[in-house]
Amino acid sequence: MKAEYIGLEKINGPLVFIKTPKDISFNEQVELVLKNGEVRIGNVILLDKDITAIQVYEGSNGINLNGTKTVLKGKSLEIKLSEDMLGRVFNGIGEPIDGLGEVNSDIKRDINGSAINPVARKYPRNYIETGISSIDGLFSLIRGQKLPIFSGSGLPHNELAEKIIRDSNITGEGKFAVVFGMMGVEYETASFFRKSFEESGALSKVVIFQNLSNDPSIERILTPRVALTCAEYLAFDLDYQVLVVLTDMTAYAESLREISSLKGEIPSRKGYPGYLYSDLASIYERAGMILGKEGSITQIPILTMPNDDISNPIPDTTGYITEGQIVLSRELFQKGIEPAINILDSLSRLMKDGIGKDYTREDHKKISDQLFSSYSKVQDVRALAKVLGENDLSDMDRLYLKFGDEFEKRFINQNKDERRNISETLDLGLEILEILPKSEWDKFN
Amino acid sequence: MGYKYITKVNGPVIVASGDADFSMHDIVLVGNLKLLGEVINLNGQDAIIQVYEDTSGLKIGEEVEGTDAPLSLTLAPGIIGNVFDGIQRPLHVLRNIEGDFISRGLNIDSIDTEKKWKYTPIAKVGEKITKGSFIGEVKETQSITNKIMYSKDKEVELIEVANEGEYTVNDIIAKVKDKQGNIENITMVQKWPVRMQRGYKKRIVSSEPLITGQRIIDSVFPIAKGGTAAIPGGFGTGKTVLQHQLAKWSDADIIVYIGCGERGNEMTEVLEDFPKLLDPRTNRPLMERTVLIANTSNMPVAAREASIYTGITIAEYYRDMGYNVAVMADSTSRWAEALREISARLEEMPAEEGFPSYLPSRLSEFYGRAGMVENYNDTTGSITIIGAVSPQGGDFSEPVTQNTKRFIHVFWALDRELAYQRHYPAVNWMISYSEYAQRLEDWYIDNVSVDFYEYRKRIIELLGEENSLLEISKVVGKDVLQDNKKLVLRACQSIRSGFLMQNSMDDVDTYVPLEKQYRMMQTIIMLYDASSKLIDKGIPLSEINELGYFDEYSKLKFNIKNDEIYKFNEIDEKYKNGLKRLEDEYRYHIID
Repeated sequence: MKAEYIGLEKINGPLVFIKTPKDISFNEQVELVLKNGEVRIGNVILLDKDITAIQVYEGSNGINLNGTKTVLKGKSLEIKLSEDMLGRVFNGIGEPIDGLGEVNSDIKRDINGSAINPVARKYPRNYIETGISSIDGLFSLIRGQKLPIFSGSGLPHNELAEKIIRDSNITGEGKFAVVFGMMGVEYETASFFRKSFEESGALSKVVIFQNLSNDPSIERILTPRVALTCAEYLAFDLDYQVLVVLTDMTAYAESLREISSLKGEIPSRKGYPGYLYSDLASIYERAGMILGKEGSITQIPILTMPNDDISNPIPDTTGYITEGQIVLSRELFQKGIEPAINILDSLSRLMKDGIGKDYTREDHKKISDQLFSSYSKVQDVRALAKVLGENDLSDMDRLYLKFGDEFEKRFINQNKDERRNISETLDLGLEILEILPKSEWDKFN
Repeated sequence: MGYKYITKVNGPVIVASGDADFSMHDIVLVGNLKLLGEVINLNGQDAIIQVYEDTSGLKIGEEVEGTDAPLSLTLAPGIIGNVFDGIQRPLHVLRNIEGDFISRGLNIDSIDTEKKWKYTPIAKVGEKITKGSFIGEVKETQSITNKIMYSKDKEVELIEVANEGEYTVNDIIAKVKDKQGNIENITMVQKWPVRMQRGYKKRIVSSEPLITGQRIIDSVFPIAKGGTAAIPGGFGTGKTVLQHQLAKWSDADIIVYIGCGERGNEMTEVLEDFPKLLDPRTNRPLMERTVLIANTSNMPVAAREASIYTGITIAEYYRDMGYNVAVMADSTSRWAEALREISARLEEMPAEEGFPSYLPSRLSEFYGRAGMVENYNDTTGSITIIGAVSPQGGDFSEPVTQNTKRFIHVFWALDRELAYQRHYPAVNWMISYSEYAQRLEDWYIDNVSVDFYEYRKRIIELLGEENSLLEISKVVGKDVLQDNKKLVLRACQSIRSGFLMQNSMDDVDTYVPLEKQYRMMQTIIMLYDASSKLIDKGIPLSEINELGYFDEYSKLKFNIKNDEIYKFNEIDEKYKNGLKRLEDEYRYHIID
């Protein structure tokens, strides 16, 4: 028998307050039944002996104080899981919206998940070839890694994510699936991805959870959790190699801020709640590999940096949790370089153990370090050239300028449909390094 | 004892009301699941409690049971080599019981109570025993002998001693009698409140360095045993790699590595690497001297707050036996954020950037637990604390970095520009400092060489000069500099790539003994001085560069193995002779 209570005390944005019923528990799922019979899902985020705050995921539009019924579900929010979810489309809280009916399954999991015991983790070492030179050569993606894309509004992060999904040989020997979580994404973006999956024939391997920009913002709090619960099931119960793409994490964090301020919490940086780090970690850390299990979760969250500022709290906290980052550059984008990846700011922490003799090629690290280091010198020379003019530069400095230009035009820049394997990428890197005399190859010592 | 009842739940913080008399920092069992919590505030009938586990499912009116005891650690053989969460629950055991994911409400022993240890008595019947006295010992690992100590602050007499043999930690291994005739059973276990500092007889000013095998540290910014250091750096600058390097190669007897709110995979990396790596001094696996505290970013925030204290208390326990312990805390910023998160839930008035006003005093208490001491049992032990700081936005002016700076004496500042150049460890030599450098000079003179500090000084001076030259050349280009200035740049380029940069992935370069560090400094300074003389005589720098010595120097760190230090003599000879020949040729040409 489910307990039901009639009437609300107060409504404040997506938060509704009720007199604390007897059996309600913290973080419990509730259903609000509106006068017209419509049902909204919410959960308990603050429990006091007199009053209880519930966040309503589909927003509080049309909810009134007197006629609304609160139904306690006696458990936290769960979703049904099944292999049949592959190829399906769900909304941001995990309800099917593709007209194909409910998911049939007895397996239900709490969407909040639990932390993987650190001693149960397997250290990720398997290199994934994406076919993109800058990523493969300079910040390799490793299976089980969480590697976000930091972008700015108007930059081609979606195209990059799409290319990674399309061209990566993430599969290895196992089964492959993509779990796609969209938070506050434009309709055009959603259909861009859908179309790309259709064209590449991958649609049957993709599970989509979509919260569009015109859907209730609070729903976004659930979307990554629902998506990751599905991914964990596919990876650790069914042995899939799962690639999870979450976009846009900035929209997610903004919803979190919205709720926090409605709750009257004390803000820390830029109005974000003090628990932003812990909250984002509870999403990003749901990636990785587990000892004795075949499957893996590789996570590529995408976020747009407000005002292209990497020190904004969202990219900043993200970078401290994830295992590196791929940063897009407006400057390169304007130069027409694609993918417009900001080489110096990008990084893959797991690369060091996943490249080299047994994984890619023995000289990979040297080439990568040399390209980085030489390209960082290019920036100094360019700054100097602005002051002195190119004519007054030394011969060596001019070689660096040439190297920088070629590196951008030939190595970073890559045709949309061009896929370079790791050997091609490394050979190309060496070829461009040849512009510089060997005495400048300090990483080849 | 007694019960209060839940009246409010707000994330990890709950309020319980009722008649029961709880004390501050007492452990309580919360709700039907008996989740572990700690009393952090008392107000009339209300107790505010931080809960060390996820609070989902708690209901108003569920009972909160008092235990009348503060959060305490179990200190006994079996700690070394183990992996604990922030409140000393053994993660391997948790995994065996509940699987790959961490669940809740499981109260288990921190250490193995079944395992039998080979115990050897030290003290004899009739001996007077006081706080800290050694009663017996157990070989905890091949590298570490655990001394069983008397833990109470009184004088007692040993009246019964167990024979040498196999015992569990809970077996009685001795009996003592106090002056009133009360008899007390002694086991290998001590319970110690995690927030309480363990005492010592007196502090000692340490003049011995913690040798790390890392050149930028040992030779340039050394740290004393018992000292405090901070490693601040934005993400991607290599804090964790440097912490791992220090945990691997420091000449401490025991390493306590606290993974506080960091990545799960980083702990996994340590767990995979350390058992395979050998301690250069003992030739035993590093895991045999390491304790890991792993409370990753997605584990409960209250336990993250506690993890720092758990780590430092374990360190003090081994210090009391006379060991040199090094504590690596990665990252203290995550700990500060845990304080902030809980403070916000308590609706306390925030100070800077939302951090509570007691942030500086907590940081000071933590770093204050470092030091070299004379123990009650007259042994000498030390705790060195090395804390990573993750400044928000990579900006060192934020509150955690700034407040930390007040309480530490070594500052190894990591720099994004250096990381861009793949210069690791990316310690920026212009803003880093060591306040111990002066105090440690005598040690280096006695143990390495009388002129070690001479060369150190020269290297630092050259790098300082390089810095100002680079500033100038940013505006006017390098070409207009005179040859003697260009030589400084050339030499410093070799110092950077050949000395300051150190490759943690390379078998030879990952750990470098002091003797080799010294010879490396000596060679580059000799090469610089000799070249400088030639330039004064009008020989162009390009001719000197042609010899290739500055290039070759950068490779010496790999080419001369750590046990082939004598080869530096051959190198020095070669450089001297080569430069001499150049000088002669040049003189000949001029005459010609």
